[in-house]
Amino acid sequence: MNALAARLGNKPWLLSFAGAFAVWLATILFTEGKGGGEMITAALSFATFTVIVGIGQMFVITTGPGNVDLSIPSTIALAGGVAMKIMGGQDSLIWFGLLACIGAGLAVGAFNYALIRLLKIPPIIATLSSSLIVMSVAISYGRGLQIKPPPSFADFTTAQISGVPVLSICAILFAIAMAIILERTIYGRATLAIGQNVRVAHLAGVKVERARCITYLMSAAFAGLCGALLAGFSGGNALNMGEEYLLATIAVVVIGGTSVAGGRANVPGIWGAALFLYLLVTMLNTYGASAGIRLVLTGLIIIAMITLAGGDKPSR
Amino acid sequence: MLQATEKIVSLSGMTKSFGAVRALANVDLAVGVGECLGLVGHNGAGKSTLINLLAGTLAPDGGEIRVSGVAQAADYGVRRAGALGIRCVFQELSLCPNLSVAENTRIYHKSLRGWGWRRNAAELVRRKLDEVFPGHGIPPHATVGDLLIGQRQMVEVARAFTVTDSPTRLVILDEPTSSLDAVAGKQLLTYVRRFVKEGGSCLLTSHLLGDILDYCDRIVVMKDGGVVADRSAVEFDRESLVAAMGNVISEARIKAHEHVTAQRGETPVVVRAVPKQQSDQTALVAHKGEIIGLAGLAGHGQTRLLLQIYEAAGKTRADTSVSGPVALVAGDRQTDGVLHLWSIARNISVRSMRALVKGGLIDRDAESALAKKWRERIRIKTPDVENNILSLSGGNQQKVLFARALGSDAGIILMDDPMRGVDVGTKLEVYELIRAEAEAGRTFIWYTTEIEELNNCDHVYVMRDGQIVADVARADLTEEKVLQASFREGGRA
Repeated sequence: MNALAARLGNKPWLLSFAGAFAVWLATILFTEGKGGGEMITAALSFATFTVIVGIGQMFVITTGPGNVDLSIPSTIALAGGVAMKIMGGQDSLIWFGLLACIGAGLAVGAFNYALIRLLKIPPIIATLSSSLIVMSVAISYGRGLQIKPPPSFADFTTAQISGVPVLSICAILFAIAMAIILERTIYGRATLAIGQNVRVAHLAGVKVERARCITYLMSAAFAGLCGALLAGFSGGNALNMGEEYLLATIAVVVIGGTSVAGGRANVPGIWGAALFLYLLVTMLNTYGASAGIRLVLTGLIIIAMITLAGGDKPSR
Repeated sequence: MLQATEKIVSLSGMTKSFGAVRALANVDLAVGVGECLGLVGHNGAGKSTLINLLAGTLAPDGGEIRVSGVAQAADYGVRRAGALGIRCVFQELSLCPNLSVAENTRIYHKSLRGWGWRRNAAELVRRKLDEVFPGHGIPPHATVGDLLIGQRQMVEVARAFTVTDSPTRLVILDEPTSSLDAVAGKQLLTYVRRFVKEGGSCLLTSHLLGDILDYCDRIVVMKDGGVVADRSAVEFDRESLVAAMGNVISEARIKAHEHVTAQRGETPVVVRAVPKQQSDQTALVAHKGEIIGLAGLAGHGQTRLLLQIYEAAGKTRADTSVSGPVALVAGDRQTDGVLHLWSIARNISVRSMRALVKGGLIDRDAESALAKKWRERIRIKTPDVENNILSLSGGNQQKVLFARALGSDAGIILMDDPMRGVDVGTKLEVYELIRAEAEAGRTFIWYTTEIEELNNCDHVYVMRDGQIVADVARADLTEEKVLQASFREGGRA
């Protein structure tokens, strides 16, 4: 047991994958093996979006206690709308639309960081209040209309290669790149150092504010990109399409083995946790649980996973 | 003879370890009723640990604590110690800086309640302050954070002697005079004698041996976590006391340091800094390749001056100009130095990441090579530089912080009293390393609370109340001179 705990301590992301596998197994046992493959395809598809925004949130949370980006859902809504409007259903404008959604994200990120840095507002309040503003902008910008994505874009976001969504493959490559950035670049190391102790990091020559700025810009840019992809995937943008990603991003970060106290991040865990969350809901649906039971069980199981993952043991 | 008197506390077989470091090994200590006991020893001898065990702020790994002859259970703690009349004045002041003097007094005395508790507490502490430190000039409603360090120490002392429902029977004074000026120090010691005469007990530690010899009844000498002498004070004189403490740095080594010829002013100026609170234009000046000492009592603006220089790295401002990159060796490891989740290698490389980047990524082989080089160079005791930094003892963690700074591109190294918790052997190694690096052209600005370390410096500045009050050339450096400047009221040297 202790050996197991030690091994999990080294590789906390294993737990989230094990959880995802267990939930999947429990479901197909119930259905007597039917639909196992489709379930995995669906899980990969939906987890992709959670992973993209989850990684941004992971960097933010890693910069230390109090850091969290609550503006992700409204950024998704705004950027989805911006992308669809600029693409205007035409294949030739896809790249402009993608640039625009990332640009919209960067603008939100810059606004968030400005509130945090210049007005010294705690990140939780800054991103929450900016999310209200961003949502209002999204409403007045799109006037609630749904615009369909260009056909090629819709095809790309839903394409599969023998059951594996193309978008998921891209997101896996994306996760690998982000893991390398986290561990092997000055920016990544700076983020990890700040999360452990800002004062120590500063006194060790780390450019604290630069790293923090990049982190908030990145999180919002990923949310922007996710907005466009989601709109393509679901056949058009909607104001509420980002809603579920507020809790989901925080949950996957924590379940995936990233420390809420900062300084320790885990990219593979984000994938495991995103798959786990989706499969969990699927399992409860398959078992025919009512909406109320489903929510209660989801909450309880997430608490259990976080407890198992060890949360944050004081290092001394 | 000592057994004859009644004991207020007796400790037997006290043992305490911090990780791999054995701070106390099987120590016996007793304080008699109506006795003032002096406790002396070099830094790291275990005095503070012993005091913390007695005050209940630390739990011993083994041994027995008896108070008035009654053995205390394992749950002996601050609360129990307080109820039994044991009060402690810590070296690191323990007042809440955001509360007033009176409110801080209330924390000790639960019985001060109801309407007007603030007035009662103020009255209580004011009367005690008047009694111990006549002419103290501290308003009881002043916020503690606004008081000078010496005044805070007075409040801390007076608070420990105040009495409401439970009597004060033993007061532990850990280095109480180090932040008091000479007058207040004398007032305190005089009061201690009176307190003892009336049947109280005192445990006193001080690096000022004169205080111990003149005011204590009995002296216990500690060394390397054990008691090496326990005799009546009249049996000691200054020489025999120093001899009992064990002259940890051999005379020959000290002589060797003293023979290093001081360099001053032959190279370009690399740091010039006027402390923020300086009332005139006196500046700290460091030339390339010099070792500059910052002295004075703890907390008199030395760290602030170092940070001021750190923030000005590579900049020229009105009050501070610093040419070139700066690295800092923290003394307070936990809050200023160690990145606790990281390996030894990463803790070393964090200051040098830019130099380790190859093709946009940090080169792991280069990182590990840097860590290994410094492991050999300053003998960091670890089998693997990839181990977590907390696997090291305190002294070795401190070596990692030295490696972080010395392994960097910084030409100017700031040291914030970096030898806390470092054993003597290591200290000498580090002194030699610093000397060698200085000869190679690095500049050091070194804040230290240990006066003998100033012998390693080319030039020394003494600070008091955030200002530079003395500017001492190496040739003129004496302990008396530094102490005098640290304590003098008003005026500059």
